[in-house]
Amino acid sequence: MQPAAYTIDLSEGILRLKATGDWQARHLGAIDRDLRDLEDDAIGRELIIDISGVGRLDTAGAMVFERLLRACSRRTEASKIVGGSKEHQALIAHVAPHVLPCDVEPARRNAALLMVNRLGQGIVEGYHTAIEILNFIGLTLAAFWRVVREPQRLRLTSIFWHMEEAGINAMPIIGLMSFMIGAVVAFMGAKILRLFNAEVFTVELVGISVLREFGVLLAAILVAGRSGSAFTAAIGAMKIREEIDAMRALGLDPVETLVLPRTIALILMMPVLTFMASILGVIGGGLVAATAMEISPAFFVGRLQETIALSNFWVGLIKAPFFAFVIAVIGCYQGMEVAGSSESLGQRTTLSVVQSLFVVIILDAFFAMFFLEIDF
Amino acid sequence: MSGADEEAIIEVEGLRTQFGDVVIHDNLDLRVRRNEILGVVGGSGTGKSVLMRAIIGLKPPSAGTVRIFGEDFYALSVRHQLAIEQRWGVMFQGGALFSAMTVAQNVMAPMREHLKLPDALAADMAAMKISMVGLPADAGAKFPSELSGGMSKRAGLARALALDPEIVFLDEPTAGLDPIGAENFDRLIVSLKRSLGLTVFMVTHDLDTLHATCDRVAVLAEKRVIAIGPLDEVRRSDHPWIKAYFAGPRGRAALSARDDGAGAPAEKV
Repeated sequence: MQPAAYTIDLSEGILRLKATGDWQARHLGAIDRDLRDLEDDAIGRELIIDISGVGRLDTAGAMVFERLLRACSRRTEASKIVGGSKEHQALIAHVAPHVLPCDVEPARRNAALLMVNRLGQGIVEGYHTAIEILNFIGLTLAAFWRVVREPQRLRLTSIFWHMEEAGINAMPIIGLMSFMIGAVVAFMGAKILRLFNAEVFTVELVGISVLREFGVLLAAILVAGRSGSAFTAAIGAMKIREEIDAMRALGLDPVETLVLPRTIALILMMPVLTFMASILGVIGGGLVAATAMEISPAFFVGRLQETIALSNFWVGLIKAPFFAFVIAVIGCYQGMEVAGSSESLGQRTTLSVVQSLFVVIILDAFFAMFFLEIDF
Repeated sequence: MSGADEEAIIEVEGLRTQFGDVVIHDNLDLRVRRNEILGVVGGSGTGKSVLMRAIIGLKPPSAGTVRIFGEDFYALSVRHQLAIEQRWGVMFQGGALFSAMTVAQNVMAPMREHLKLPDALAADMAAMKISMVGLPADAGAKFPSELSGGMSKRAGLARALALDPEIVFLDEPTAGLDPIGAENFDRLIVSLKRSLGLTVFMVTHDLDTLHATCDRVAVLAEKRVIAIGPLDEVRRSDHPWIKAYFAGPRGRAALSARDDGAGAPAEKV
């Protein structure tokens, strides 16, 4: 194998390019820049390309010859390729009509304009999404009402399956997380409260924060990540395989068969998960109190009962079904919105988690204000 | 066909492939000659695509050898395998284009990876390949999601041709195309084979494609190649599956269409 090379010879106003070696793609990279310079320099000259010395030729080599020739023949008609074997000529003849310019990327538009455009699009889309989610909530409630009037329509098997999948199977991870958060809160609290000689308030810190907020929020976050995304993926995959359309065509309501069981299962299981998370969080805090500080478990429990009103526990638990409803509905809604490709499935799954967490935290803030106002 | 064309470019000997306990091929032999279009047919589940995957190194066989360009592919070092892989191009069934890149960038991807070309030259070459497979010039800047099924297949073929391969593997090139699109694709394959001197290994279900393009046909059944040869020869086989395949209403329709269209058998290359 010999790399492609060429010599140029200028006589009587005629530019002669004699090509030698193998004019194949892998060798052309080295000489392409020089050849392009030559194309620019050959203005007004007649170019004769002698390819009798060329060994192997591939489509890339043929294209480069044709490009050279074309650069010159625009100026003089007499430019030509000479000396090629039959095969080389045939290849060049085949390639010639295909030497065309073609864009590699879509044209780039003004970046600043695009940014404004995207901002506007985002706002409009956000508005539409909000309305569509409200619409979807309405559909779910309507399906729920139908099932209430005709309880035999309730898909019990499906509900129990989702209760196990989204509830029971999530218990180990939620329990562990909550236990550790409880421990961390106790630890950080103790460190700062020690400065004021008020270590004993660690009990209140752990009790209120875990029972009121952390237990239910942790459960919601993990359920959104674990089950909300799974709802989107499962329903989205069915959408892609046209299963949803098949259901509609067979007279089955996808909201009743797919969305309702998932929503009911999550609403039933979330309080259980929250209860478990709260208890394990308190135990985590108590364990740290017992080991790192001199607060005995008996004292911890006693103080917990004295100082923490039971309402704290109820506040956490009351929020659970609302969060469950939001997570299930958004997860299913995003699944229904999947269109066409698996790429869209990935985007919708991400959106489902992001949106449900967003709404959960906003709801939590509203609940906080609400309970503050009514002094609960 | 002349004697020089008899040289085997792919030789499969004693091939055995299996998924777990399910044996797909057992003691399968196949020779593909240089500069021919070989069509591989067979019922669903006879492992046509698996055979292709075994030849191109995606499904290591549990026994037997695959020799390509005279070298035992699975016995080669990774570096040598890579050198061989650059001498073939593969078009997967749905095109298998990289969705994050435009068509032109898809075609440029193997050039960038293996040839270390300047971008301007790679872009010129990509434009040429895109035009060669019959796509309009504005297709280069499009993303795969914006293409129709037929265009995706053509773009997949352009990428398969990126490195000027000696062998092109096509998996169901006309599946999912309308009859006109399929016919155009058949013509494209024959014309590219002639002008670029390609060897084509084609897995297909399409009887019309078989008639229109293939120099030889290999029939897969009973875990091996039960017949191989020019179409007219294979058609005369007594094997029940071959009889059912070619003598069924669809087989006869495709055949009569060819005889009407081509007129005399002298039309054959």
